[in-house]
Amino acid sequence: MRVALFVTCVNDTLFPRTGRAVVRLLERLGVEVDFPPAQTCCGQPQYNSGYRHQAEPLVRRHAAAFDGYDHVVTPSASCAAMVRDNHPRIGARAAAEGRGRALADAAAASLPRTYELTEFLVDVLGVTDVGAYYPHTVTYHPTCHGLRVLGLGDRPRRLLEHVGGLVLRELEGAEECCGFGGTFAVRNAAVSAAMGADKARRIRATGAGAVCMVDNSCLMHIGGTLARLGSPVRPVHIAEILASTEEDVR
Amino acid sequence: MSDRDTVLGRVRRALADVPREERPEDVPVTGGRPDGARAPDAAADLLARNLADYRALVHRVSPARLPVLVAGLLAARGARTLLVPEGLPERWPAAAAAAGVRLCPDDPRATPVELDAVDSVLTGCAVAVAETGTVVLDGGPGQGRRRITLVPDHHICVVRVPGQVVDSVPSALERLDPTRPLTWISGPSATSDIELDRVEGVHGPRTLEVVLLEG
Amino acid sequence: MSGTYLGMPSFPRAAAAATRDGTLRGNLRHATHTIRDKRARAVAELADWPRLRAAAAAIKERTLRHLDHYLVQTEAAVTAAGGTVHWAADAAEANRIVTRLVRATGETEVLKVKSMTTQEIGLNEALGRAGITACETDLAELIVQLGEDRPSHILVPAIHRNRAEIRDIFRARMADWGRPAPDGLGDNPTELAEAARLHLREKFLRAKVAISGANFMVAETGTLVVVESEGNGRMCLTLPETLISVVGIEKVVPTWRDLGVFLQLLPRSSTAERMNPYTSMWTGTAETAETAETAETAETAAEARAAAEARAAAEARPGARAGTRTGTETRAEAGARAGGADGPRAFHLVLLDNGRTDTLADTVGRQALRCIRCSACLNVCPVYERAGGHAYGSPYPGPIGAILTPQLRGTESELDASLPFASSLCGACYEVCPVAIDIPEVLVHLRERVAEGGIVTRGGKKAVIRPARGHAAERAAMRAARWTLDHPAALRTAQRIASRTRRLHPRRLPGPGRAWTGTRALPEVPPESFRDWWARTRGQGSPE
Repeated sequence: MRVALFVTCVNDTLFPRTGRAVVRLLERLGVEVDFPPAQTCCGQPQYNSGYRHQAEPLVRRHAAAFDGYDHVVTPSASCAAMVRDNHPRIGARAAAEGRGRALADAAAASLPRTYELTEFLVDVLGVTDVGAYYPHTVTYHPTCHGLRVLGLGDRPRRLLEHVGGLVLRELEGAEECCGFGGTFAVRNAAVSAAMGADKARRIRATGAGAVCMVDNSCLMHIGGTLARLGSPVRPVHIAEILASTEEDVR
Repeated sequence: MSDRDTVLGRVRRALADVPREERPEDVPVTGGRPDGARAPDAAADLLARNLADYRALVHRVSPARLPVLVAGLLAARGARTLLVPEGLPERWPAAAAAAGVRLCPDDPRATPVELDAVDSVLTGCAVAVAETGTVVLDGGPGQGRRRITLVPDHHICVVRVPGQVVDSVPSALERLDPTRPLTWISGPSATSDIELDRVEGVHGPRTLEVVLLEG
Repeated sequence: MSGTYLGMPSFPRAAAAATRDGTLRGNLRHATHTIRDKRARAVAELADWPRLRAAAAAIKERTLRHLDHYLVQTEAAVTAAGGTVHWAADAAEANRIVTRLVRATGETEVLKVKSMTTQEIGLNEALGRAGITACETDLAELIVQLGEDRPSHILVPAIHRNRAEIRDIFRARMADWGRPAPDGLGDNPTELAEAARLHLREKFLRAKVAISGANFMVAETGTLVVVESEGNGRMCLTLPETLISVVGIEKVVPTWRDLGVFLQLLPRSSTAERMNPYTSMWTGTAETAETAETAETAETAAEARAAAEARAAAEARPGARAGTRTGTETRAEAGARAGGADGPRAFHLVLLDNGRTDTLADTVGRQALRCIRCSACLNVCPVYERAGGHAYGSPYPGPIGAILTPQLRGTESELDASLPFASSLCGACYEVCPVAIDIPEVLVHLRERVAEGGIVTRGGKKAVIRPARGHAAERAAMRAARWTLDHPAALRTAQRIASRTRRLHPRRLPGPGRAWTGTRALPEVPPESFRDWWARTRGQGSPE
């Protein structure tokens, strides 16, 4: 099985520890991981801000970078959703504008092989117990694109429930958006901050020591809000929890 | 150019992407709903439950006991006048009339102000929908014009079970004639406009009593 | 708060002000959460909701792709049933038509059933300029009208007001419009509803003209449908002598049978009820007792439909319409003669375009015309909950407004250009939409129109719009970012510079960055990017 890690530009630049955790976790599960260095960004910031044409070369680059791999795994539900939902759409629009089917075909080829990390673990590897140990109280925030575009369902929860030492706390209003939304966080900063503050308040109300999610962009927003409020709740990506073992604690 | 030509011309230009030869039926419509297959008893029970859930008062009686029930419902409210549409079975309000309630036939010349002075109205219906708790009036015999079940503050509506009860909205539409004025009634008039607090009774009858006539 | 949409600030400014209004946020939060939970329960009762939703989307798709056909069919059927059909390409024409029709009755006061379409065209104001007073009869619309306010929600237009505010408005203003508020009026919703009942009843009982919108119109039969709860709709639709319905051209559904799909979806999505208290359906003008009896002989609805179709076909023939008018008695006239009319003797249907055909011309944006105005998307939207309805600057607030308004009105104004960005793209709106409008897809599509410009249809004509000026800096940044991201070596250099200077990064940013750091800490840049870690530890060559 040739598995490529699509680390995403945000993780590459700001959260490399998440990428390292995915590598460690997958290798522990016997998966051979490759990192195609031609990868950069899926084009989501451009596309979601209204610069579809700016996103096109990135769609093309993404498809080329991951060509030939059986599975592409990414620790970001949002970027997986971009590849699965919007890359074909961008390709189809280019074709409709009379610019040929090349982009559409390239996008269609990478689509079925792209998996968000928890999907890959549960659906492809068929595991829910990854042998992890994380002796902390944790609450889980399902991020919007994982929840509604990918339909991750209870996969992340099932993985968390099998982590040794982990106590899972319910988050009230879990399915409500944290208010990140890419450039929304800056363009509509007041509403974004109000949403973030409500989310932070509910996270603190769980009494958990850490909040976990499948997307570092939302985590950056929630974590930044918690930090500004002086909260000790740690934001942590699910990959880092799943990669932890008893040796790490000792 | 008339606005008709302008609008239709714009619609046609806007649909330049639709192939010229495509007919409406070529656009696939999937889904829809198979109609329910509840037993008549189950449908009547569901109708009663759903009506009550929306604060209609539901009574279940045999035809023999209907006149007494109607008289009792009117007496309980102190109603002295009862509007009766043309074609209503004479027996239905007979006991009430005998007890001194004045029967007012639906007079097409009656003004809304005159209708407002009547205490109660008694009608049948065209069909009732179990799944939604709805009675539908179509102006047929025993139902009268739309205004008579609107202006008076108390409406008693009789549903024949099982004949007039259907499971779902699609089956109700199958039975109804769209060329008639239709009124679908699901509970008394209500509003949730103030803080989403439901208040029963705004402009329509504040009390809706539905009698399921069984057997 | 003034009753106009002109000169509204752009969404971010209005929304920011709303987030600071504690009362408003409390009212909105309570209301939206209450109804969203109820909706979920009502929807869960129907096991095949996804199939119904798919059917509704498909029926609307069929309708929109053949809208000309269905509009002509609607016109023929309504005309055959004794109604008069008018066409209005824009708001001004619709207002002229309605004003002329009201003037012809000699009345100076008309009653209105809640209608967002007439708010869209500014009908009340237009009638006011012609010396005609339009009285709103829906409780919430009454609150809004008396308070000289604007509606802020599709279903619950006064959602931003709490009971105490409503009591104050009733006490202060009811007397100016008719029967004053009862002495000592309290703030309990039952008391307030009773006050509205008394105030409006005297208007209903003497009304001669009413104006409505419609939830649906059935092309096959010419039937119009109004869905409501309070009974004000029934009052307006049945008591007056003249009824004028202003209906957007997208409200048509092909067949009587199709209506069943929407009557199941709308109440559960909207008020979270199995069925709303009252639904009125009428076809043309008042039916007489005699014709009702005749219809009685039709064995099935199908036969009645066939008869209606035959009538419509006959009427649609050139010259036939004039013949009906002058040669034979209409059913309304027959009804009036018989004295048994059930409803208005004159019925006018005004078919409104006002930007709808422009929306139809956009193959991505077109799906916004499927909307049945249920407001489910508002009630689940986290942005609406904090921003409130007024920030959207139109009668169509929330996610649907953010895609409908910039299409109906264009994106020329600062406010309209800001609407497609009034979303975090969380997708909750798409998930609950009963006609499956992919609102996030359309939002992104409209962002492109604002950011990059392009070809649009305005007033039926193709036009090229330029990229919005306010987006120039962002455009340059996006282009630079795209170049870097398309050159991994450049990306790596940028990452390395950021890592090396990480100790120097400020905790709070100046300029536009302040929008982030005002409430959120910045993530710390790590000493080494993932890319560099991989190259260092896995010993692979540098990228490209």
